[in-house]
Amino acid sequence: MERVLIDVRDLKKYFNTKQGTLHAVDGLNFQVLKGETLGLVGESGCGKSTTGRAILRLHEPTSGEVIYDGEDILKYNNKKMKEMRRKMQIVFQDPYSSLNPRLSVFELIADPLYVNKGVVPKNQIEEKVKYTMELVGLEKRLINSYPHELDGGRRQRVGIARALVLNPEFIVLDEPVSALDVSIQSQILNLLDELQEKLSLTYIFVAHDLSVVKHISDRIAVMYLGNIVELTDYKKIFEDPLHPYTQALLSAIPIPKVGIKRERIMLEGDVPSPINPGPGCVFYGRCRNRKDMCKEVKPEFEEKKPGHFVACHIV
Amino acid sequence: MGNLLEIKNLSIEYVTDERTNKAVNNLNLKIREGETLGFVGETGAGKTTTALGIMRLVPSPPGRIVSGEIIFEGENLLEKTEKEMREIRGNKISMIFQDPMTSLNPIMTVGEQIEEVIKLHEDLPKDELRKRAEAMLETVGIRKERFDDYPHEFSGGMKQRVVIAMGLACNPKLIIADEPTTALDVTIQAQVLELMKELKVKFNTSMLLITHDLGVVAETCDYVAIMYAGSVLEYGNVERIYNNPLHPYTVGLFNSIPSLDEDKDKLDVIPGTPPDPANLPTGCKFHPRCSKCMEICKQKMPEPIEVEEGHYVSCFLYDKDVKEGR
Repeated sequence: MERVLIDVRDLKKYFNTKQGTLHAVDGLNFQVLKGETLGLVGESGCGKSTTGRAILRLHEPTSGEVIYDGEDILKYNNKKMKEMRRKMQIVFQDPYSSLNPRLSVFELIADPLYVNKGVVPKNQIEEKVKYTMELVGLEKRLINSYPHELDGGRRQRVGIARALVLNPEFIVLDEPVSALDVSIQSQILNLLDELQEKLSLTYIFVAHDLSVVKHISDRIAVMYLGNIVELTDYKKIFEDPLHPYTQALLSAIPIPKVGIKRERIMLEGDVPSPINPGPGCVFYGRCRNRKDMCKEVKPEFEEKKPGHFVACHIV
Repeated sequence: MGNLLEIKNLSIEYVTDERTNKAVNNLNLKIREGETLGFVGETGAGKTTTALGIMRLVPSPPGRIVSGEIIFEGENLLEKTEKEMREIRGNKISMIFQDPMTSLNPIMTVGEQIEEVIKLHEDLPKDELRKRAEAMLETVGIRKERFDDYPHEFSGGMKQRVVIAMGLACNPKLIIADEPTTALDVTIQAQVLELMKELKVKFNTSMLLITHDLGVVAETCDYVAIMYAGSVLEYGNVERIYNNPLHPYTVGLFNSIPSLDEDKDKLDVIPGTPPDPANLPTGCKFHPRCSKCMEICKQKMPEPIEVEEGHYVSCFLYDKDVKEGR
């Protein structure tokens, strides 16, 4: 039976800027099932990273609920949240800037164990670090190396090891392969897949590369300007995209094959500013199916087909 | 069609006190008139260094063009004086850089920046200069009313359009576009690529498109060269290479990309990592990662072999003499 691990309800994260209120994440409702990978895709500035971080309370959400295993973690105090964080980890995009250059591989991976005292007894820390290194495919000889001595792929393995060392249940992967070359990217994607199976992990996978997200995800949520516009099974999103933005996004991906004929939906203009957005649909200005009501009324995020959620008046 | 640009045995290295990075090694390449050549490779494969070599912009020191010829319109660019090169840069060969956020001057209006390019190569009265620059803006889809705006008032995609307008302002014979859409989102990338394709036909320019995205190549290029550790491993018509990749590296590259229309549990992987340019392996540069490595691959660098018309591959697997054990 599929069990809901995280239930996100009306999650909002606003930032105050000089120009007005920036609606980075504007009322998200979705669930993450235990053991699944939920892919979050969208273009830069759509709020996908902010969503990942707001769930972990790395950005304190403006309002909403994040119900983890039945409890709203947004109501937790600092002490309780710190305990909670052992279960919830994050892997960052850029393994060049997310690792402290003055710490060795051992220190980097052991760091979370020192911060969370008592998870692993002191005399077993070294063993635990070595075990975790093996888990992520880092050679033992690298234990005293520093980040600058490692290539991008190995650095990202260190980032993953740091996240794993506390035995989490849930990991936010924030563009974990975007900074890597294709030949290395596939190595890391395979590793993440293996780890999920072995350790029964739940992932939120944030990325802008749709082919990568499709490969790793069970379900995919498409974001635009702080909103999820469509969420469904990874196959359905490609076979039967319902939201006009999803359709345009999919048609814009360059496919590495020759002789493919397909209709390209060219979007006009740019993503509008998320500062003080209007009352209607976020995609109104660029949508080819827009109607008058779309400008005034924001569409509900509804289940239009079984397991297929869309926020659009026209569908 | 004649060759517009031909690179022969080009080698470029960066020399520092501790190490010598061999960025480009015996590279051979040609671009015909009106053709778009995709230049594909991973980080550090030497794509950008080659481009800078053509423009004679390799920073020196530490960079040094060790050997080779770069023949453009029948003349060797490596023998030109700096003054002659200035005549060529921006006029006959222009370059579009990866990051439109940093390649524009933030304190000049976009119009002035386009004017500047034209002014360097042509002697025009002021009002005509402005007209030409305004026309260029309109060509790339920006209203001419925005002539006096500054770069920060434009979005990423619009900035890249300005950079393209600058590149095309003098109607060059060759454009070198170094990852022109890598910094852009997919929907914006689609707009910019479409524009570049249109303009290329309109101005009959040749283009060297540097990218790591095999999808972008499939959509925009006629020919493609696959780079690895400073050399071209495979070269040919896009259709031939995509339908029939031969070099083990090319094959591995195609297989390691997650596909949108297939479901795979595991991605195929090229084991290991690209070599250190200061410490390149002997023989074929790819041999330590190659699943089909033979004894000879460790000793000798394979020469390009024409396996079918216009499809070259540098690999001993396709060498008849090696196959027959001679």
